[in-house]
Amino acid sequence: MIGFLIRRVLQAIVVLFVVSVITFILLHMLPGGEARAVLGVKATPVQIAAFNHTNGLDKSLPVQYVEWLGQVLQGHLGYSYHLNQTVASLIAEKLPKTIVLNAIALIISVGLAIPIGIRQAVKRNKAFDYAATGLSFIFYSSPIFFLALVLVLWFSLDLGWLPSEAPQSGSVVGILSQPTELVLPVLTLVLAQIALFSRYMRSSFMDGLVQDYVRTAKAKGASDLRVQYLHILRNSLIPMATLIGLSLPGILGGALIVEQVFNYPGMGLLFWQEAQVNDYPVLLGVTLIGGAATVVGNLIADVLYGVLDPRVRY
Amino acid sequence: MPDSMGPNPGPVPGDAPVIAGAAVDEPTGGPVDGEARSMFRLGLEVFVQNRLAVVGAGVIVFFLLFCFVGPLIYHTDQVHTNLMLSNGAPGGAHPFGTDASGYDELGRLMYGGQASLEVGLAAAVLASVVGTLYGAIAGYLGGWVDSVMMRLVDGGFAIPPLFLLLVLSAIFHPNRWEMIVIIAALSWLGAARLVRGEALSLRVREYVQAVRVMGGSSMRAVLKHVAPNAIGTVVVFASFAVADAILLLAFLGYLGLGLQPPQTDWGGMLSDAINYINSGYWWLLYPPGIAIILVAISFNFLGDALRDAFEVRLRGR
Repeated sequence: MIGFLIRRVLQAIVVLFVVSVITFILLHMLPGGEARAVLGVKATPVQIAAFNHTNGLDKSLPVQYVEWLGQVLQGHLGYSYHLNQTVASLIAEKLPKTIVLNAIALIISVGLAIPIGIRQAVKRNKAFDYAATGLSFIFYSSPIFFLALVLVLWFSLDLGWLPSEAPQSGSVVGILSQPTELVLPVLTLVLAQIALFSRYMRSSFMDGLVQDYVRTAKAKGASDLRVQYLHILRNSLIPMATLIGLSLPGILGGALIVEQVFNYPGMGLLFWQEAQVNDYPVLLGVTLIGGAATVVGNLIADVLYGVLDPRVRY
Repeated sequence: MPDSMGPNPGPVPGDAPVIAGAAVDEPTGGPVDGEARSMFRLGLEVFVQNRLAVVGAGVIVFFLLFCFVGPLIYHTDQVHTNLMLSNGAPGGAHPFGTDASGYDELGRLMYGGQASLEVGLAAAVLASVVGTLYGAIAGYLGGWVDSVMMRLVDGGFAIPPLFLLLVLSAIFHPNRWEMIVIIAALSWLGAARLVRGEALSLRVREYVQAVRVMGGSSMRAVLKHVAPNAIGTVVVFASFAVADAILLLAFLGYLGLGLQPPQTDWGGMLSDAINYINSGYWWLLYPPGIAIILVAISFNFLGDALRDAFEVRLRGR
């Protein structure tokens, strides 16, 4: 286990390195480079050369990469010329809000997906299973912004039950104190995620149903509910742990759209707004953080797999 | 021949779950096979037995006809704006209404669908080809080459694709062809990982060893023997990839980074609809949204059924 842990962490570091290289290359694909983006289209070649020199952009690419990486490792993600703020401070401000929104949505969707998936697996090929399967296919194949728009159209504009804008408060506490305004953004995320999770829960539970230990437990007279919730559930949660770790990029992408539609002041909205004005340091900083979060999420999921399932040997 | 599928790539983290999405299904219970019937025939039977897949294939054919043949029958002007007709409700000469520029919404649905389907299909094919070759080479060569190549894939997987897509389209302002390349550039990773898993098991097969013994080059082994034998996996991947590509394109169109007017795609139409959502012009919102969902579901159904059809291990269960 220790050996596996070390190998897995080393692998994660390598992947993080690759992520940083990809991000860095993107930075240098900008037309006209960073100087053009900062100084604008009217900058003279002399001004651009001066900007490049003061910022070390006239050095060779590998040298620039090493310097940039050194900065990133110290927490300096760059400077947003558009918002006149460091990228790190922007992210520190927005990240907690994104985490809150997604944590609420994730807890609800997993909490609902587990019982739905179990019922589907137990009553396989019955009406409930077909209905849930059909719905999950529909939600899985819907663009998340369409889902969000339809919800706004129905619940805010037609019925007038819920506000169409997310909480605008500057603090996490302030956001949590406006639960009605959180309903639609959270609901959109839940609908999009539950399709995937319940589908996996169903198949993973179905694998569990035919295991020997289930027959043994039943032979010993355990009730159906006891077998389902005590014996099978615990085993079928293992692939779910991995799945959640692996879904992180998708979850972050979904959050981007939901934040944009509902004007929720998190990282996704920041990313979207700065993409409009080519504020590259912010875009790259957020992308880097997203990549790092995914790598760490996958690492945790992998390690959790070994902890949850003692049969797994590395 | 039956072993051409090989075992699944195993519990490589991030394997099927990311690509296959919602689609994990139990076998449909194919017929017990007589040896005489070909695997293709058997696969076809399993496929046809899956009614959802047949419906999905039907929907896809319908939309292909609707978008590419439809405009030949139902003539509309999708180039010149006509503000006299703007935002008309469905009815009369315009069964689906008109949009803000006065374009006929039904005709627009056909016209936008051409872009969505073309880009979706082309991006999926491109991603599959690139991913297959990459994965086949990595798996066939093995060793440190494989390690380096696959860590690159891991790194690509770690970056949320929507973020990357936004950055790339902000930088390039892509036209239709560049859009295909960008979407493919984000989608080939899954194919690479799946095919690499297959290639690892294929490279030690006798017929691949035989190529080596006979002096065939690595290139020949990869192109003629490893890659073609992973075709089942690739086809399944490709059908899911079409659905994903159409959704990615719709996302770009929705954010206004897609095709520029008067061109459009279904996502771009949705983007136009948002401006009028407060006015209650529902006919701008539902048709493109439902079209995207129907086509995406159909390709997901198709991928599901194809997996069952190719999945030799499930047969006769």
